Amino acid sequence: MSEKPKILYCHCAYSRAVPKEVKMEVLRKLSDSGVNFEAVPDICKLSAEKSPVLKDFAQQEDLHIIACYPRAVKWLFKSAQAPLQQQKIANMRAQQAQEIIDQVMEK
Amino acid sequence: MTVTFYQNEANDLDKKYSALCDLLQHGHHVTCTSQTQALQGSSIVVGEFAGDFPQDVEQLSCPIVDLSETPQVMSKLEQSTEKPWKPWFPVIDYDRCTNCMQCMNFCLFGVYGLSNEQKLQVQTPQNCKTECPACSRVCPEAAIMFPKYKAGPINGDEVSEEDLNKEKMKVDISSLLGGNIYDALRQRSERAQSRFAKERDEDRALKERKRCLKKLQKDLDIPDEVLNSLPIPKHLLDDSSE
Repeated sequence: MSEKPKILYCHCAYSRAVPKEVKMEVLRKLSDSGVNFEAVPDICKLSAEKSPVLKDFAQQEDLHIIACYPRAVKWLFKSAQAPLQQQKIANMRAQQAQEIIDQVMEK
Repeated sequence: MTVTFYQNEANDLDKKYSALCDLLQHGHHVTCTSQTQALQGSSIVVGEFAGDFPQDVEQLSCPIVDLSETPQVMSKLEQSTEKPWKPWFPVIDYDRCTNCMQCMNFCLFGVYGLSNEQKLQVQTPQNCKTECPACSRVCPEAAIMFPKYKAGPINGDEVSEEDLNKEKMKVDISSLLGGNIYDALRQRSERAQSRFAKERDEDRALKERKRCLKKLQKDLDIPDEVLNSLPIPKHLLDDSSE
């Protein structure tokens, strides 16, 4: 049985809401580290489609979500009938890339 | 489509990062894993193998893209020719929403609806007009977010006391229009027809309409495209008569 990745990264692919340099640096560092992670193009889109993928993520209590404002992420999941539990949310609109990486890698 | 990216120590980091960016930008969900067990059930596997596939990978029945032979990962994947929808739609913060339905009465594009329990919900997010945050600006509780909006609290940032004070000062558009925008428009149209019948000053009416729309557009940050796509008066009247 394989262990599910503990990190979910949102690329916010369809807008410039998240600063490009932050999201690219976060993705680069995740990629270079060799850590297992899930990367989705856009949580908003998954929420609008009520994608069952969000339910899978919502059931992983120890998941770190790297996206945008926690209030928005919380209700995006909830509106897809996938309420989050105690997952930690890092905010690429307000935090620096290194700070986020330190947070999710628990340095 | 979900792509499984098999990562190992042999990965060229630049090539791997570039492939990840391409996949995400083209709308693919990517699972990056170094566990071969996680590859089972994948619809497509991407990795760097130099033609020497590990046994677990070789046994897979799904397509495998070897980055050492095909650096441009997207050349091996089907690409949609449709322009992707920018997921722009309201997200309701139910910790704040009081079910007052001002947003639903305000929106002319049928984005909102009610659940069986008469609770406000976003029913057709695809109907929402990209970049238009107007319904969130009429919400007296700052309960409506557009996560891709430029500024807080509409973008999901925490709502401050200062924001709430601004909300209190907002014009209650619903009550201003008498609670139901369709009724209000119908009544306004009737009044206008009666007035024009007497005055016949259509130029003046048109100017007034333009002025009002301009003010509304500025106050609520409504993009030009949204105003251009507003339902024509006949449709509004048809809706109200239903």
